[in-house]
Amino acid sequence: MSEKVLMKGNEAIAEAAILCGCRHYYGYPITPQTEVAAYMAKRMPKIGGVFLQAESEIAAINMVIGTAAAGCRVMTSSSSPGISLKSEGLSYMAGCDLPALVVNVQRGGPGLGGIQPSQSDYFQATRGGGHGDYHMIVLAPASVQEMADMTVKGFELADKYRIPCMLLADGTMGQMMEPVSLDITAPEKIEKPWAVTGTGCKRAHNVVNSLSLNPEELENWNMERFERYKKLAEEETLYEEYCMDDAEICVVAFGIAARVSKNAIDAARAKGVKVGMVRPITLYPFPKAPLLKAAEHCKSFISVELSMGQMIEDVELAIRCKRPVTLCNRTGGLIPTPEQVLDSILKANEM
Amino acid sequence: MTTKILFAGFGGQGILFSGKFLAYEGLLEGRQVSWLPSYGPEMRGGTANCSVILSDTPVGSPIVNNPDVLIAMNLPSYDKYENAVEKGGKVFVDSSLIARGAVREDVNTYFIPATRLASENGMPTLANMIILGKVIKETSVIPFENVERALRKVISAKRADMLDINMKALKLGYDYEG
Repeated sequence: MSEKVLMKGNEAIAEAAILCGCRHYYGYPITPQTEVAAYMAKRMPKIGGVFLQAESEIAAINMVIGTAAAGCRVMTSSSSPGISLKSEGLSYMAGCDLPALVVNVQRGGPGLGGIQPSQSDYFQATRGGGHGDYHMIVLAPASVQEMADMTVKGFELADKYRIPCMLLADGTMGQMMEPVSLDITAPEKIEKPWAVTGTGCKRAHNVVNSLSLNPEELENWNMERFERYKKLAEEETLYEEYCMDDAEICVVAFGIAARVSKNAIDAARAKGVKVGMVRPITLYPFPKAPLLKAAEHCKSFISVELSMGQMIEDVELAIRCKRPVTLCNRTGGLIPTPEQVLDSILKANEM
Repeated sequence: MTTKILFAGFGGQGILFSGKFLAYEGLLEGRQVSWLPSYGPEMRGGTANCSVILSDTPVGSPIVNNPDVLIAMNLPSYDKYENAVEKGGKVFVDSSLIARGAVREDVNTYFIPATRLASENGMPTLANMIILGKVIKETSVIPFENVERALRKVISAKRADMLDINMKALKLGYDYEG
């Protein structure tokens, strides 16, 4: 294993992307993700890559579309308001079946909101963000190491399924430093016979397009796409279980909320409370099966989130409302403390 | 063993740098570490703080709400965080910039005139490292023998000329008896 280095989450994303063979980055600065762009600006010109600060987020996502259509590994990054601007492009990418990595280091919203960490873009990310029948693959890292590892995973899955992938982080994950190993094997290059690379007068033209004025054809496209989502859910759903073997209360949390929850679970366990956690790593596809299984032995669930309660709906759906689910949350850029989560656990234990 | 450390002061005092230095030494010792800065519109003159955790077990939350060790390099930070320190914790105060004494009696407070010592010794930007020298002396957070290797990690090759003076600053704080 290579030596571990101390790195910011944002920098780990950028370096991991480069190690994955990504040579095209387009973006526009916004706190708290600007280090991704800064890192790319420094590194890309030295390795023959392209760093381009676009005139806006909208321009950047459309450059991503063009580069992805040409079959190259490509990424962009932004934070919440910037992702809203990119949403039209995301819908077009889904419609064109283009693979790319889109990083959202979330901050408080709605509107221009604030600059402190948040998870309030959960709905936007897991439901697609833009218009139309589609999803993105959504990955939620909970450490700087996972910021790097999920970047690799994101490129791999996007290429394999031809689905745009969102890495959904938050301000803390982007700004914090932790030891990280960059011993990364780039995902295998997948043949992209659909890419628009020039025919060389040897084949018919490839067309990358999301427009069909024939509703039967458009329906078929959507059906085929959802077959891929189904396969994705069956084969690529990721989650971590913590202290779940004998758990009677199940905390569900991702990203920074999961980190805080671990402290609370340790403290509750020290008091003899049987509590565990299911941490979704893929938010789409959502880990429904382990939650439904947990509902067999857990009397209640707690969704810990940096939002007014968004993932909680997926938890309720996953367990088919068989058990009560309570919300433990902060919003606006604030983070629940371990004591707040512990309080929620103790309350759930008294129920 | 987990130690939660909070560095707080003005932007420009090297708050983030001293935190990073400590985290790197933790990493070199094979411990679990995290470093989390306050971020946003802070720049020189604004407020800055950073949370550092060194632990023998995986770090859960990287946010330090109740530090075991507080380094306060200006009055607003001291006022804001003194009450948050864990009972029995240690507080290091730059007494050249903070005129008041300790309110808490259940923590150990050390007063180091770091900014004055820094300017008297021809290292006006290194008050942060002087105070950190004292932290290393009074806590078992990292061994003093190892400071040089961590400094080499956080001072880029281009600034290698800064190594000696940082070592000198750490030593000055380490030896300070006040």
